[in-house]
Amino acid sequence: MGATALRNGPSPVPAPIDSIVEVRGISKTYGNVEALRGIDLDFPRGKLTSLLGPSGCGKTTLLKIIAGLIRADGGTVAINGKRVSAPGPERAFVFQDFALMPWATVMRNVAFGLELRGTNKAEREEIARRYIAEVGLAGFEDKYPHQLSGGMRQRVGLARALSVDADVLLLDEPFSAVDEQNRRKFQEDLIRLRTNQNKTFIFVTHSIEEAVYISDRIVLLSPRPGRVSQIIEPEIGRSGDPERIHRDRHYLDTVEEIWQGLKQYVE
Amino acid sequence: MTLFGYRVPMMASLLVWCVVWEIVGRLDLVFLLPPFSDVLVAAVSLVQTPSWQSATVTTLRAFAMGMTLSIVVGVPLGILMGRVKIADDLLGMWVNIFSSAPLSAIVPVLMILFGFGEKTIVAAVFLFAIWIIVLDTRAGVRHISPSLIEMARSYGASRPALYTKIILWAALPEILAGIRLGLIRGVKGVVIGQLLVAIVGYGALFETFSRNFRMAEFWALTIILFAFALLIAELIERAEAKVDYYAGARQ
Repeated sequence: MGATALRNGPSPVPAPIDSIVEVRGISKTYGNVEALRGIDLDFPRGKLTSLLGPSGCGKTTLLKIIAGLIRADGGTVAINGKRVSAPGPERAFVFQDFALMPWATVMRNVAFGLELRGTNKAEREEIARRYIAEVGLAGFEDKYPHQLSGGMRQRVGLARALSVDADVLLLDEPFSAVDEQNRRKFQEDLIRLRTNQNKTFIFVTHSIEEAVYISDRIVLLSPRPGRVSQIIEPEIGRSGDPERIHRDRHYLDTVEEIWQGLKQYVE
Repeated sequence: MTLFGYRVPMMASLLVWCVVWEIVGRLDLVFLLPPFSDVLVAAVSLVQTPSWQSATVTTLRAFAMGMTLSIVVGVPLGILMGRVKIADDLLGMWVNIFSSAPLSAIVPVLMILFGFGEKTIVAAVFLFAIWIIVLDTRAGVRHISPSLIEMARSYGASRPALYTKIILWAALPEILAGIRLGLIRGVKGVVIGQLLVAIVGYGALFETFSRNFRMAEFWALTIILFAFALLIAELIERAEAKVDYYAGARQ
């Protein structure tokens, strides 16, 4: 059938054409816990790649190493062919707990990345206003985070990441602190956003359904130590009604397949 | 508080105690306690005397200088201790000792160091107020969510920007709480300093009144001082209420 293309084994995966992020031999140890061992990965440009795995598989650690927020013990990360070891303007991060400044309005929060870059106020607010509208928060510019629901707060976090115009968006379980209804809406919006914005998304999640629903590519990580165990490319048509995906045969098969693969790690 | 179904205003209990004071005073049980009405009369005439006015100016100036100094030194010190482990290990013990030590015992030493003048009073205010400001600022910085710091770093914040745009603001609720407590301790410091030096400001007035058994004026001055301490604490509390919403929002 060829519903999914599977590549097995922890060995380096053949590099797909035009990868924007290249991870080579990344390892990380916390005390005597080996969080990541010899991670080799390529992230294709313009695609949404999910890092999926049970808790403790080091997926957030890997994302933060790519972001330059955590230093790896070994290995390299290259963005657009250039090695990086610190945060940079070509990457933007969306945080699990939103990481909004509670003392600042939606406008200032969204424009904060540009504020740090020294963009003047008029210009950065114009850009921020555009992305606030893009994520569906038009009219909330002068509200404070505590006046918004969890889902709306994460939209602010997303607008902030979009407004700095980075090539790569790094999302660390962005919907885990958002209620179920909002999460569904958010996932649909993300699919739409990915088609509109020509950006590369790296998405960390522990939800199999979420990963299959939104990803072009799913990297399965196995825990203790974190290694790449499988790469899956679900071939699900995402044009048209996003509601339909949930009933798609390929979608359901892929979810089941990943679950069978992950089962062994669940105690 | 409600009484017989009526809502009683906050200050009502104070009124009850004023009446009790008045009755005890009228009974003439102890000469130390004149009737409350006498104290009020004394207060009205006291504030019109030049000696009170000049004493107030001296006291307020020393207080303001001491407080400014303790905020300017205390907040950065607290931030440093909250962020840098070595600084915390080196200074933590001393800050804790000083914040709970009976500081009045040190004021005579200050007198030797700074002489019988304003400098000693300023130093006393500083010594009384700074420690709680340091401790609260440190606690505030410690409570900042790590992801907020990561956020600033990932969007390219420079070190100065990280401190002025994130850390200072995120710790603001605790910093203000520390300043409020510091102000109350600072009032203690200014009074104890002046009492020991005894020739400056309110200290000199207290000395005169108590030595000459002018109890009505003595109590009037005490009440004015209490009212002042409560008033500034209230003002800071108002400012705190304004930033309170985000203390909770930080989780």
